[in-house]
Amino acid sequence: MAFLSRLGLYLLLAGFGLWLYTLTLNEFTLTPTLISSQLKPEHQATLGVRLQPLVQKTFQSGWEFTYAFDTILNNLNNEYRTAQQWDKVIYDEYSFAITKAAASGSLKQQPWLWFGLTFGLIVVGALLFILPALTQLAGNKNNGIFHDASTNRGWIAKIIGAFLILFYITLYYYPQYLANWTMLVDPISKALNGAEASRWFLYGFIYTVCVLVMGVRMAIKYRHNRYQQVRTASVVFFQTAVAFLLPEILVSLNKPYFDFKNIWPLDYDFFFDYNLNSLLQSGNLGIFMLVWGIALFVVGVPILTYFFGKRWYCSWVCGCGGLAETLGDPYRQLSDKSLAAWKIERYLVHAVLGAAVVMTVMVLYTYFSGSSSVLFIDSYSVRSLYGFWIGGIFAGVVGTGLYPMMGNRVWCRFGCPLAAYLGMWQRKKSRFRITTNGGQCISCGNCSTYCEMGIDVRAYAQRGQDIVRSSCVGCGICSAVCPRGVLNLENASENSRVMVAPEVLLGNK
Amino acid sequence: MHVVIIGNGIAGITAARELRKRSDCRITVISKETDYFFSRTALMYMYMGHLKFEHTQPYENWFWQKNKIELVRGMIESVDFAQRKLFLSADSQTVVYQPTLLERLTKVASKPATSASQVRDLSYDKLIIATGSVPRFGDWPNTHLDGVQGLYSFQDLEKLERSSAGVKQAVVVGGGLIGVELAEMLHSRGIHVTMLVRESSYWSSVLAPEESALVTQHVQKHGINLRFGCELAKIQGTQKVERVITSQGETIDCQLIGISIGVEPNIDFLRTTSLETQRGILVNEYLETNLPNVYAVGDCVEHRIPPQGRKSVEQIWYTGRIMGETVAQTIGGQRTPYRPGVFFNSAKFFDLEYQTYGDVPAQCPDGIQTFYWQHPSKEIAIRINYRQDTQAVTGFNALGTRLRHATCDAWIRQQRSLDYVLEHFQEADFNPEFFEKLRLSH
Ligand SMILES: Cc1cc2nc3c(=O)[nH]c(=O)nc-3n(C[C@H](O)[C@H](O)[C@H](O)COP(=O)(O)OP(=O)(O)OC[C@H]3O[C@@H](n4cnc5c(N)ncnc54)[C@H](O)[C@@H]3O)c2cc1C
Ligand code: SF4
Ligand code: SF4
Repeated sequence: MAFLSRLGLYLLLAGFGLWLYTLTLNEFTLTPTLISSQLKPEHQATLGVRLQPLVQKTFQSGWEFTYAFDTILNNLNNEYRTAQQWDKVIYDEYSFAITKAAASGSLKQQPWLWFGLTFGLIVVGALLFILPALTQLAGNKNNGIFHDASTNRGWIAKIIGAFLILFYITLYYYPQYLANWTMLVDPISKALNGAEASRWFLYGFIYTVCVLVMGVRMAIKYRHNRYQQVRTASVVFFQTAVAFLLPEILVSLNKPYFDFKNIWPLDYDFFFDYNLNSLLQSGNLGIFMLVWGIALFVVGVPILTYFFGKRWYCSWVCGCGGLAETLGDPYRQLSDKSLAAWKIERYLVHAVLGAAVVMTVMVLYTYFSGSSSVLFIDSYSVRSLYGFWIGGIFAGVVGTGLYPMMGNRVWCRFGCPLAAYLGMWQRKKSRFRITTNGGQCISCGNCSTYCEMGIDVRAYAQRGQDIVRSSCVGCGICSAVCPRGVLNLENASENSRVMVAPEVLLGNK
Repeated sequence: MHVVIIGNGIAGITAARELRKRSDCRITVISKETDYFFSRTALMYMYMGHLKFEHTQPYENWFWQKNKIELVRGMIESVDFAQRKLFLSADSQTVVYQPTLLERLTKVASKPATSASQVRDLSYDKLIIATGSVPRFGDWPNTHLDGVQGLYSFQDLEKLERSSAGVKQAVVVGGGLIGVELAEMLHSRGIHVTMLVRESSYWSSVLAPEESALVTQHVQKHGINLRFGCELAKIQGTQKVERVITSQGETIDCQLIGISIGVEPNIDFLRTTSLETQRGILVNEYLETNLPNVYAVGDCVEHRIPPQGRKSVEQIWYTGRIMGETVAQTIGGQRTPYRPGVFFNSAKFFDLEYQTYGDVPAQCPDGIQTFYWQHPSKEIAIRINYRQDTQAVTGFNALGTRLRHATCDAWIRQQRSLDYVLEHFQEADFNPEFFEKLRLSH
């Protein structure tokens, strides 16, 4: 069994290495046909002409090609800017599409082969690495977590973190350099929605595979705990079916791309003009989607949170939560439990909620009034600032990139505006709480350590007080790791929440 | 008023915190073990890599300054009760915490006014002794060899970390709670563990035969070699331990011996004083000793008149905590007797959780009957003891399942009948959602 596990690790590493290697595959040639088909008519005479030196020149590396292309485009734009010809500056994202279209070679011709050698090997390797755990006795498996370089901020964690950060930055801001990777999933994309894979398809695919494979790991690790299994099955389902497959299928049917479980303000572009227009132009289904999206946060959140706590979303449905609970599970112990962190969290997460609301109000004002400036501020620049700093850097680069250093819920805890909104309901109007089992706590600290939200669970448990915290996502891990059976996630009458610690804990009766 | 507390374990620290809630008096806590309070119960999780030391600290380091609880790291060498004076070892120092930048920016803590200084003696107005226990060691020869040790203090853990490096086989002597924790710890590092248990099954002095059998099987399933009816006879080795010989004459090679045959109140340094002691420091129901203004709480206590149904020396976490709460009320001005209420305790044997409420002795006493239910296929068992005459329940044991403390406690106090309890058993279910609902019946 140890052998299978080791073999799995080697396969995984080999697949990962080959995956990196695929970035060097293919050769890239710009042809006149490509220029005429990819560039808009108005850019043929400007950019089209400037690109002539590249035509019919074959690049052995996509990165060199992209770099040469970007240099020409940037130079041209700089000339326009110097000449203050603002209307001529080209903002179209040509780079990614042209790099992809200019490719030819092994990867382009045999995507399935390379798919198998990369994602195939990685998934098979990961499963081989994971599955032998089934032969061990069921029970909490936290041995060595703080001795291991991958789970205790050691060198492996640093490498993984650096890779994730680099990946996010490239994916968000320099997707043209990942053109080869999108070719790996072109066949799947075509099968699902008829088109070649965009970077977002690639991202959605990798994301879903991570949730699936690490979901299997989670289900095995907690096979003695039905709550964890059911919850894991739920996040895996919502990510795979509702977040990944369904929108692609909708697109293939010429309907708007729509993720039914994404809720504003996490889904911060829900009220952006292009989304509203696309929904409004899609007939009854579009109207339904619009109403659904609004109803979710106006009615869905308060009602479901009242009955079940915010866990109904954060650790059962949400995509960010789904990744955190599967891929992120090995890192949950790294969350900061200090009071200082809690103070920062409260300011930050509510500030982001405020920013999301203000940004959305401005965007809607522009939508209805047609005027882009709200009190002398340009609503378009506010929305792109939000998108860049919060939607991109905070939620992606920091949120996921820092998994191996700061735990798996950095975004959910410090940044997610929806979590803040759900949290208000959870704290003020909900039947949910974590019940403390009388005086049984031995203050060991397992609960606090493994709370991904950095809640000092023990501080409540050792006083006999129930845990009622707006940030608790109801993952149930504190209850699972408690060696004394002290904690239980429960829904019951609001008044039965023990909010004040009893004077004396079960003695002196 | 200056209240001095010897010992920063659960008993001493609870007393300090509860007293601070009630009073503005000066409070000093002294410990030779660690600067700050940590949970002894989590020693095993540190060794197994589940936690780091900082995770076992229930309060952050800035907490003590903020609550004006002065800390001293050092050993009390002697006490002059007549002069109300404590004498500390030469290395004793006040503990002063320098907050981190983040703690200062977020106004969690501010810079300390003083820096660490030496303390050689301290005067008190009231003294709380909370010195805990020391592991019992037995009188075998050769216990001084490298690789023979108990597990109680943080220093013991550090020692174990060193002495278990490279070890292949270990022997754990004693079949109690700390013994099985030691076994699990060593096993987690791939060390082959043999446990020598004097009784004929695991922890049979406390657990009834069925529970004992279930735990025994569970521990064996996890790869521990259990030897019953077997005691340590000899330890052999030159500098480091090399093997043991058991009372059955068997030789077992090992490079490490964990001794866990129980603990004794840690009061040697008080034996020759006017403080009355037997096994522990003798106290009345107000936790007062024979000397005025001197109290004792926690593991080091021996009750002159134990609370009903309780032992006179009860070395568990919870009683330490309740004693700390109680003594704080008394010193805070409201003289309060120690009434620990219905007994409860819990433990975990590898992956098998155990909870108990009320009285469930190993042998059912006269007039008490027992209801025992075991799951047909899983490692789950429940025992309910009840009075033969009134049918009132007197105690619960739960293995592999979680029971609600408040409910069991209320049922015992309200003397509910067995039938009532069985009928309402779901109310005591404390397992997570989606877990199997247990249906108990006669
Ligand atoms: C490994 C292990 C696991 C355990 N698990 C459980 C469990 O699961 N459940 C449970 O109920 N109980 C458990 N216990 C028992 C429980 O930890 C003790 O009952 C409890 O810690 C006693 O608390 P205390 O405050 O009385 O003493 P202690 O925690 O022993 O604190 C006393 C402190 O006083 C210091 N001290 C003593 N003498 C001096 C001196 N002369 N000068 C200065 N300082 C001094 C000591 O160094 C020590 O730090 C466990 C014990 C161990 C060792
Ligand atoms: S308190 Fe418990 S259930 Fe809530 S987030 Fe933390 S570990 Fe999860
Ligand atoms: S894990 Fe359980 S026993 Fe340990 S501190 Fe948390 S609630 Fe208490």
